[in-house]
Amino acid sequence: MSVLPASAPASAGPTSRIVVDDVRMQFVLRHNRSLKELAMAAVRGKDLGNTFMALDGVSLNVDSGETVALLGHNGSGKSTLLKLISGVMHPTSGSVRLRGRIAGLIEVGAGFHPDLTGRENVYLNGAILGMDEAAIRARFDDIVAFSEIERFIDTEVKHYSSGMFLRLAFSVAVHTDPEIFLIDEILSVGDEPFQRKCLDRIRELKDEGRTLVVVSHDLNMVSDLCSRGVVLQHGNQVFDGSAADAVAHLRSL
Amino acid sequence: MSARDLTAQPWTEPGRGSGLLDVVRRRYLLKLLVRKELRVRYRGSVLGLAWSYVKPGVQYVVYFLALGIFLQQSRNIEDFPVYLFSGLVVVNVFTEAFGNATRAVVWNAPLVKKIFLPRELFPVASVWVAGVHFVPQLVVLLVGALLSGWRLEVLPVLGAVLATLIIAALATGLGLLFGSLNVVFRDMENFVDLTNMVVVWLSPVLYRWDQVTQVVPAWVGVLYQLNPITVAVELYHYAFWWPGTRDTPATALPPDLLVNSLVAVVIAAAVLVVGQLVFRRVEGRFAIDL
Repeated sequence: MSVLPASAPASAGPTSRIVVDDVRMQFVLRHNRSLKELAMAAVRGKDLGNTFMALDGVSLNVDSGETVALLGHNGSGKSTLLKLISGVMHPTSGSVRLRGRIAGLIEVGAGFHPDLTGRENVYLNGAILGMDEAAIRARFDDIVAFSEIERFIDTEVKHYSSGMFLRLAFSVAVHTDPEIFLIDEILSVGDEPFQRKCLDRIRELKDEGRTLVVVSHDLNMVSDLCSRGVVLQHGNQVFDGSAADAVAHLRSL
Repeated sequence: MSARDLTAQPWTEPGRGSGLLDVVRRRYLLKLLVRKELRVRYRGSVLGLAWSYVKPGVQYVVYFLALGIFLQQSRNIEDFPVYLFSGLVVVNVFTEAFGNATRAVVWNAPLVKKIFLPRELFPVASVWVAGVHFVPQLVVLLVGALLSGWRLEVLPVLGAVLATLIIAALATGLGLLFGSLNVVFRDMENFVDLTNMVVVWLSPVLYRWDQVTQVVPAWVGVLYQLNPITVAVELYHYAFWWPGTRDTPATALPPDLLVNSLVAVVIAAAVLVVGQLVFRRVEGRFAIDL
């Protein structure tokens, strides 16, 4: 991703990859904003804005090569935090800084189009995830082999089964070459053998020294895969420690 | 594994790109997005890209019959078929680019919400697609002009190039402006459709420029002439219609075309800058509001 250089965060160490500094994320819940509603609100002096604080002062410093699990119950703010790190959203206040290339495995297949063939989708998604043409071409065979859908690669994706679709999408995502991987609930991909294969591939990424930030409700998998766990509750960080302790903490909540 | 010292690597802020410059940097992705949009547009269609001939063709025939024959503009304007078509292609490429660029971000909502990309890519890809549809029309225009005695001259061709750049910048700038606002207020789509409906009548496409300036106050006439689309249309007339005419003197083209062209360049550039600035202001809300 080409992103403008930014100032170094104050709390960064020499090995920091991701620095999240006192981040707040406020959503304005607006149900209606038609002219009629706006006029009514003006007349009655009612505020249309109904705000909700999804993250309330979260700070996090992730070192290179760390594998961090973001844990929490539904609505705790983990996915919002992941979106802030990926750059899809900007924080209301506070800052997020990164060093190195980043790829979000947030909902794999977001960039897939049903009317394109598997091959075309591999190229399109590779480019979306930041690869150039040469890199995609070089990895094309690996991507297809990993997804195990060689026979159907020139078929339009709309004819794929949902499992085939997810396998190809995941395969593209894990063959990109970023230093930071954001992983959101994607290990529910495909059948069990393929899940195991995905997990193995993610362990490989980890062993290559890449930085992983994982969001998952599969607590056993998370405590097995990750070295560190951060627990969020109602937008606040309530625990930061080893993954196993974090899982124990979450279960006690 | 041991954590390496990363102090040499620069810090970046995720989600803050350098706007249109990123589009240039990621032109391979732009190319694929354009190809995708073209493929998707004509999915399951037998005629495919030929539709981009059929639609303007029918529109052209209707205008030609109604205005050229019934309202007798053919008598007022020499080589009316070429005159009409050279203006029409400009308006067509503009309205298609503007309309689609306005919808581009909303259409690509799944991507915008989940993966950070330079979002300017989407409106720019839409403008590019309009450009692809424009090429066959330009070829037809050239053939028509040749049949009615057009010959190659340097200045008129430069005029056409300038007009094309004005339209591209204007459509991109307006597309960025309205495309970003459309995420927050979907009213923009309707507003842009309305504008696009009017554009063809507010430029000398179906009539001569002096048919307007004769009947409106002088200051309205000046505003009319400064409309960048009017300028682009007149430059196309100058490039493809005027060289082929026998009886139309150069003075029949609007005076001050050169000055007006420079003003149009400035306006188009300003619109592009404003569009980019507004787009960046609103961009932070895309993932929330879509």
